[in-house]
Amino acid sequence: MLERIWLIPLLPALGAAFQFFFGRKVKKSVVSLVSVGLPGVSFAWAIGCFFALLGRPEHLFTKVLYDWWPVGAFHLSSGAMGNLNVHVGFLLDPLSAVMMLVVTGVGFIIHVYSIGYMAHEGGYYRFFGYMNLFMFSMLVLVLSDNFLMMFVGWEGVGLCSYLLIGFFFHRRSASDAGKKAFVVNRIGDAAFLLGMMLIVVTFGTVNFQAVTEAARSGHYPILDPTITAICILLFIGAIGKSAQIPLYVWLPDAMEGPTPVSALIHAATMVTAGVYMVSRANALFMLAPAAMALVAGIGAATAFFAATIAITQNDIKRVLAYSTISQLGYMFTACGVGAFAAGIFHLMSHAFFKALLFLAAGSVIHALSGEQDMRKMGGLREKIPVTYWTYLIAALAISGIPPLSGFVSKDEILWQSYAGPHGHLVLWVAGWVTAGLTALYMFRQIYMTFHGTSRVEPEVEHHIHESPRSMLAALVTLAGLSVIGGFIGWPDLLGGSDRLGHFLDPVFENPVPVALKNYSAGREFDLMFLSVLIACTGIYVAYRIYVRRPEVADRVAKSFGPGYEILLNKYYVDELYDALFVNRVKNIGNAASGFDQYVVDGGVNGVGWTTRLTANLSRLWDLYVIDGAVNVAAFFTKLMSYPARVIQTGLVQSYAWLIVLGVLIFMGYYLVHF
Amino acid sequence: MVPLSHYIALSAILFVIGAAGFIFRRNIITVFMCIELMLNAVNLAFMAFSRFRGNLDGQLFVFFVIVVAAAEAAVGLALIISLYRSRDTLAIDELDSMKL
Amino acid sequence: MTTVSIPDVMRILPELILAGFAILVMLFEPFVPAGRKRVLGWIALLGVLVAGMAFTWAPPNAGMAFSGSIAADGFSYFFIFLFLTIAALALLGSINYLERDNIHHAEYYALILFSTVGMCFMAASAELIMIFLGLEISSLSTYVLAGFRRHDPRSNESAMKYFLLGSFATAFFLYGIAFVYGLTGTTNLVDLAADLAQPGKWSTLTRAALILMFVGLAFKVSTVPFQIWTPDVYQGAPAPVTAFLSTGPKAAAFAVLVRIFLGLAGPSGPAAFWVIWISAALTMTVGNFAALLQKNVKRMLAYSAIAHAGYVLVGLAAAMASGSTEGASAVLFYLAAYAFMNVGAFLLIAHLAGPGEGRTEISDFTGLGRAAPGAAACLTVFMLSLSGIPSTAGFFAKFYVFRASVHAGLIGLTIIAVLNSVVSVYYYLNLVVTMYMREGEPQAARTPMPLPLYSAIAASLFAIFYLGLYPNHFLLLSTLSSKPLP
Repeated sequence: MLERIWLIPLLPALGAAFQFFFGRKVKKSVVSLVSVGLPGVSFAWAIGCFFALLGRPEHLFTKVLYDWWPVGAFHLSSGAMGNLNVHVGFLLDPLSAVMMLVVTGVGFIIHVYSIGYMAHEGGYYRFFGYMNLFMFSMLVLVLSDNFLMMFVGWEGVGLCSYLLIGFFFHRRSASDAGKKAFVVNRIGDAAFLLGMMLIVVTFGTVNFQAVTEAARSGHYPILDPTITAICILLFIGAIGKSAQIPLYVWLPDAMEGPTPVSALIHAATMVTAGVYMVSRANALFMLAPAAMALVAGIGAATAFFAATIAITQNDIKRVLAYSTISQLGYMFTACGVGAFAAGIFHLMSHAFFKALLFLAAGSVIHALSGEQDMRKMGGLREKIPVTYWTYLIAALAISGIPPLSGFVSKDEILWQSYAGPHGHLVLWVAGWVTAGLTALYMFRQIYMTFHGTSRVEPEVEHHIHESPRSMLAALVTLAGLSVIGGFIGWPDLLGGSDRLGHFLDPVFENPVPVALKNYSAGREFDLMFLSVLIACTGIYVAYRIYVRRPEVADRVAKSFGPGYEILLNKYYVDELYDALFVNRVKNIGNAASGFDQYVVDGGVNGVGWTTRLTANLSRLWDLYVIDGAVNVAAFFTKLMSYPARVIQTGLVQSYAWLIVLGVLIFMGYYLVHF
Repeated sequence: MVPLSHYIALSAILFVIGAAGFIFRRNIITVFMCIELMLNAVNLAFMAFSRFRGNLDGQLFVFFVIVVAAAEAAVGLALIISLYRSRDTLAIDELDSMKL
Repeated sequence: MTTVSIPDVMRILPELILAGFAILVMLFEPFVPAGRKRVLGWIALLGVLVAGMAFTWAPPNAGMAFSGSIAADGFSYFFIFLFLTIAALALLGSINYLERDNIHHAEYYALILFSTVGMCFMAASAELIMIFLGLEISSLSTYVLAGFRRHDPRSNESAMKYFLLGSFATAFFLYGIAFVYGLTGTTNLVDLAADLAQPGKWSTLTRAALILMFVGLAFKVSTVPFQIWTPDVYQGAPAPVTAFLSTGPKAAAFAVLVRIFLGLAGPSGPAAFWVIWISAALTMTVGNFAALLQKNVKRMLAYSAIAHAGYVLVGLAAAMASGSTEGASAVLFYLAAYAFMNVGAFLLIAHLAGPGEGRTEISDFTGLGRAAPGAAACLTVFMLSLSGIPSTAGFFAKFYVFRASVHAGLIGLTIIAVLNSVVSVYYYLNLVVTMYMREGEPQAARTPMPLPLYSAIAASLFAIFYLGLYPNHFLLLSTLSSKPLP
């Protein structure tokens, strides 16, 4: 079983090859059979390998297929001789085993879902070809035993992501989004590449185990500048791939791709590659506390920042995109405080519930014939019940309601960021507030989409239908996983044994002390209670505003008169923020009493204000920095067309002038500069 | 006897005149003759060095250069005729359909 | 004193065979009826194959030939094989092109072979005058090839510019040789290195001479500021000729640069190294940023060719800084990888541009992904390889060069190079996006690829993936080939 571990990535690759060569000619049923069947077999094989791995006492398996690149001897930066030999090899340890199962499992479910979702789209075989190619690249990324092969997978998933975002290429916005994603990612990739080169000259190897061993040998001091530089460069690579501040902007635009793509690539697997990479290099990061602090800080800031934006979005998929960015921020916070296992645990449970959210959102979009604007939804609860219930489960899970998976993993991160060796109260507060915001935007979405009166356009209304069975099967399976997923890492405090954490421990065992700060069990319980409380508060606030709207609207109407009612009916909730905000300013002197007035409104106003600030900042950043970088051609055309016109005149004699000038300059330089 | 430096100075002057002519003359045939002038400056340098070193290699090289220059003239004139046929002009500053 | 011996002749056998077949092609021309000129193309291809086989089956003994003017060593073998490969690919890609555009003359094949002879001599020479002769043999042939579309004003203009500026630069090169000869009394590279290694041998004039020689070669490899002719010539020349021009003569000039600069410039102090360093940084940056502006595919790839010359110079700078073979072998690997992807890209564009090469604007490729999926996929692979995406040859070529320069301690230059390769993705990707993701009817030709072209493209693709997935064999080869160098 384990000896043929290379079958796991190979099978999807065969599927992709089949689609590219024969996909156009064969029937749709054959396309789906091959492209869903092969990842299915690969998933089964992965399960087999997982149990075979459990059977090994040391939980470790390596397999070298062949020597890829025997570089030979060279001088290391330390002066010693190194002998670099890169091979194509696989490393299966608890960390890669978890990733392998998530990628093949969730990937397989999403493939099943796509059969129904893509049934009416053109380029069916092309879609599945790209999806299989993505699975192959992602599996190479997680199963490789060295940085270079990981980088191959890393670039491969980026390429597939680019191709799939632009799948609906006839939409200009889709192809632009694809290009934006690719270019922004390349910034990260360049840093990753530089980091890798530094690893080569420092350690003389790119093998994960060898690098980890060297880093843990005690040969390198903590705060070693080279290792810190390596970690920061690797982390910049992770920032690009995992959409963290400041390189997050490509992910919301990536929602132009088909929904299964958003679920597979931009929620469950590819965007988590950065978290996996940082965890894989945990031995290096433990030697670089400064880099760790950077990881934690950026993670917590992104988590909060993206959650505030998510509250204002009206596109059902964009809310989920910002939510993904926010949840990835949690994972990086975990890595930054040294709780890599908690990060991976959250990665896994997030893969379940976020894939589910996207697929269920896809089911909603499917039911509404392509409508994505939540302002044109509402009251769908009875019409698409399965979608509704699965959506609700996922929303409860991501909001952190016990005992669903999101509660367990998020709480582990919050506890570690409070009590962990690199933890800090600020990190915990940021995470805690974000948890409240998460519940708020998720239930805002639930209420706007499924509750209240229908705002669906009449001609769409007739066609509302529940999705085909292949899609519902995927939804129900993922809902089940979102419910029970938490139990494999159920904390000791609540009578569990955190089996996942203990399983992962050998990968993250560092000689640097990682003991938790000394707090009583009571403190952990208090914090757990607080996080459930804020989640419930978030849900309650959403309920107040979006379900019991008449009451709020009445209040607004009173202060603005009947003219506002038209606006209200036209715009619903987003104008409500403005109204409440304005309302608040007007009544600032009123000592209005009651919970509603103080807590709910205050919270809403505060959130509204911060949100607008952050949204504006983000818009400016988008406008000036990222779009500037993406539209680099337009920018440079202006900047450089002048010198180009002067130099590249097309005239032989001005060229000859330049050559003579070059001769004189070089000669002058060479003669003077001995 | 004329010292070596005189020959080399003359050769350098010829080379510079050739290069300047290349840059400033408008007719392609004249420009081409300027290249020949530069090659002859090289030949002069080779001859002078060879003579003053008492080493015949340099004079041998001059023959190579002359042969190459002849081949170059053949190719160059052919290109000039072909260009004249398609454009009806030999003004070098009209050769600018491709730029930027 | 000097007699021609059998071993000497064996050491230039491939060149002799190529020249023989070139003459054969010209002799046969009058006897071949107008409609069947492609036979001559096959004869030329046979010549390339025979030259390669003669070399493989009867490998000459390594050593010097013809009184030390020819060096038969691993370095020259590597380049001769590279040139034979490039020539074979260019011939395969040209046969149908010439028929399509009605310029089917036997001289074309003969000139490709003669130019290859010149390139082989450049790489194998250990003697400055031999290098000059090789340079001129290859240049004179390519001047004519660039103007081979006789009735196309652009092709004429391209040839004329190339000819005038090329001869201009060669005059500088030759003047440099004259001064080296005058100062040392020899033009043999081995004697020269020994002579210049003596203390006090480097004078102002020696330095000036070295710079003059550098200019001549820098013109051929098109480094800034001597790159100025490249875009105009590459755009105007027939695309299969551009494929040949942008790889073969460039690699030959690099071979000479490596031989001269690693052998001679070492003792001249760090200044020579800095000349290469500055050239590398400028060349990469100017090439990549100018490519961003382009709207014509051939012109864009011309600027990309300039940028790639910059990456190769990074390898050369690393070799000069560290003195190890790593940098030199990175240069060899890069030149080979670059040859495959660039020849493939230009040959494909020659086909897609349609009769008379009427459609070479980037916008003409709109929607090609649907109209001609096979050709578009191949072009995408070439673009990805040129931009250095992993599992293609381009990635390893870049990685190997960057790694060599990191090891040589050139961190600043490496960062410039990496940033440049990030910028370059934009314009390569722009073509891919245009093909796959823009709406519109493609203007580019949709006729199926003819078999000879198809085999050339397939061979290039195979090489790209082979070098990208199993680089170790080739890496070993390039490392061994750079061993005889100091």
